[in-house]
Amino acid sequence: MKKRSGTFYLLMVPVLLWLVVLIVIPHLDMFFRSFRFENDDGLMVFSLNNYLSFFEDKIYWLTFVQTALYSIGVTFLAFVVTFPVAFYLTKVIAKKYSSFMVLLLLIPIWIGELVTIYGWMILLSDNGVINNFLIQIGLINTPIEMLYTNFSMTIGLLYMSMLFMIVPMMSALESLDDSLIEAASDLGASKWTIFRQIIIPYTTPGIASGGIIVFMLVIGDYVAPNILGGKSSLWFTEQIYNKFLATFNWNEGAAFGFLLLLLSSSIIWLALKLTGQKLEKVGS
Amino acid sequence: MSHVLEIKNITKKFGDFTAVELVSFNVEDGGFFSILGGSGCGKTTLLRVIAGFEKETEGELLIRGESMKGIPPEKRAVNIVFQNLALFPMMNVQKNVAFGLQRQKLPAKEVNTRVTEMLERVGLVGFEKKKVDDLSGGQRQRVAIARSLVLRPSILLLDEPLGALDRKLREHMKVELKILQKEIGTTFIYITHDQSEALVMSDKVAVMNEGRFEQLDTPKNLYKNPKTSFVAGFVGESNEFDVLSYADGKLTTKNGCNLVKPDLDFQPKKLFMRPEAFILNPSEGLHDIERMDMKIKAILFDGSNTKICAIINQSNDEVLISLPQNAQFEDLQEGDDLKVGIHRDDLKCYQD
Repeated sequence: MKKRSGTFYLLMVPVLLWLVVLIVIPHLDMFFRSFRFENDDGLMVFSLNNYLSFFEDKIYWLTFVQTALYSIGVTFLAFVVTFPVAFYLTKVIAKKYSSFMVLLLLIPIWIGELVTIYGWMILLSDNGVINNFLIQIGLINTPIEMLYTNFSMTIGLLYMSMLFMIVPMMSALESLDDSLIEAASDLGASKWTIFRQIIIPYTTPGIASGGIIVFMLVIGDYVAPNILGGKSSLWFTEQIYNKFLATFNWNEGAAFGFLLLLLSSSIIWLALKLTGQKLEKVGS
Repeated sequence: MSHVLEIKNITKKFGDFTAVELVSFNVEDGGFFSILGGSGCGKTTLLRVIAGFEKETEGELLIRGESMKGIPPEKRAVNIVFQNLALFPMMNVQKNVAFGLQRQKLPAKEVNTRVTEMLERVGLVGFEKKKVDDLSGGQRQRVAIARSLVLRPSILLLDEPLGALDRKLREHMKVELKILQKEIGTTFIYITHDQSEALVMSDKVAVMNEGRFEQLDTPKNLYKNPKTSFVAGFVGESNEFDVLSYADGKLTTKNGCNLVKPDLDFQPKKLFMRPEAFILNPSEGLHDIERMDMKIKAILFDGSNTKICAIINQSNDEVLISLPQNAQFEDLQEGDDLKVGIHRDDLKCYQD
């Protein structure tokens, strides 16, 4: 084996510190905590009860499944909404305009999630901008209930996450040579076939890496479901939050946290399997 | 022979810029037709107009007698091999070649037979399952050609497909393409800036400059009798001189070299002499020969392509002279005096 110099080890210190102090140790702590249970005698013992309590109460299950389904749905919506935008920015307009437009698109990220969500509240509330406008033009008489529903929650989740889809998708589309599209059309392919057979397969790694980011952001988000969601908009992070800060049951909270981690990891694993992608390829 | 392609006064403008201007020509069925020109001469634009990727500003083009006005690329019996080949990287060889046939909704069995047939023809049997990124440059080339030819187009358009290959492979592919075209009988329209590719492979070559055809001819005629000074300078190597004056069958170059060139009915401005047109130590008995005394400035050794760079004593003009028989003139040295002759027919004069 090659002998490493002192500089090599020196440069490794920050990476190792980051990984160990900020990721490995807290996770291990939470992991052990999730198996600790206070028995009737007030003693801490090893137990699976924290996990079992998840299966006992139906509301947890419901929240868990709903979070998973909505996260998948929002990820898909993010793809549908951003793909045409990414395509337009990379393939249709000139480069000098597109970089400026990307900059504009990223402005909401600079402002911060909380502020953009309050912005959505102004738009969606019963006497908000959209309802007012619809009443003014006489399309409706009474305001449509949009805020504090699954609809407003979905919009909030979508809005704060979809920009993270655009960037990897744009870089995938940028590397797609226009001549591939022309060649396909020359060989007799319709626009739909070109989209399905050439553009989508070519950009799948970009879509997958964007999808993973969006999915992770959405499934782990707390602000949008909490502020924009209604009574039925249950999000699993809220359950975890409640365990930690409402009932001060850190052990059960830790167990729930691990369940969420397990859920998101397995959905991503499954999605990668289904689309035939490799994590290393998507990650690069 | 019938014309597979007729181009009538095609003009293509991009805004104020005219890329192709009033070009007209016919291509015979089964021929190998090349369009030769420098970068930016409009040859690629012309090809894209034929393929349907660009819409002509004016003029008409007919494929097998049918007007192609408003017909999109996917509906034309024309296929194109792109400069960068544009193979689909996410598909293997078999799927690349089958792509066009599947678009025609042919039954899977027929698609397979035709793909196999085509891969046999281009010598790629056994490569069906390979990813295109794993192939060598020459193999990728053949996949690209197979992918187009499998559709049995009326015309195959090739946009400098050999440009990216190294020299050895390019020489090899030149011969291979020519043979393939002869075997299959499909009309090839080949775009290139490399005159050797055009001359070696083509039945007819059109030399293009600034959006216009300078000359459309057989490779031999193009080389032997260039019609314009651009063609004379572009096709093959040539020594170029500015002509100062011409009177009574005598011309004088700018630097003062006097040569006899009888019977020109125009005032020449340019004079071209091919390096291989010079005769070293011409015998006294030869007629219609212009004789010059020169001094060798340098010997440019390049195997069978060795040349002498010499100075004409009379005028200080520099000329390149081919030395095909290396053995005969092996003892020539820099600084040697040289007697050189050139036949008057090989003094090519042009008005512009």
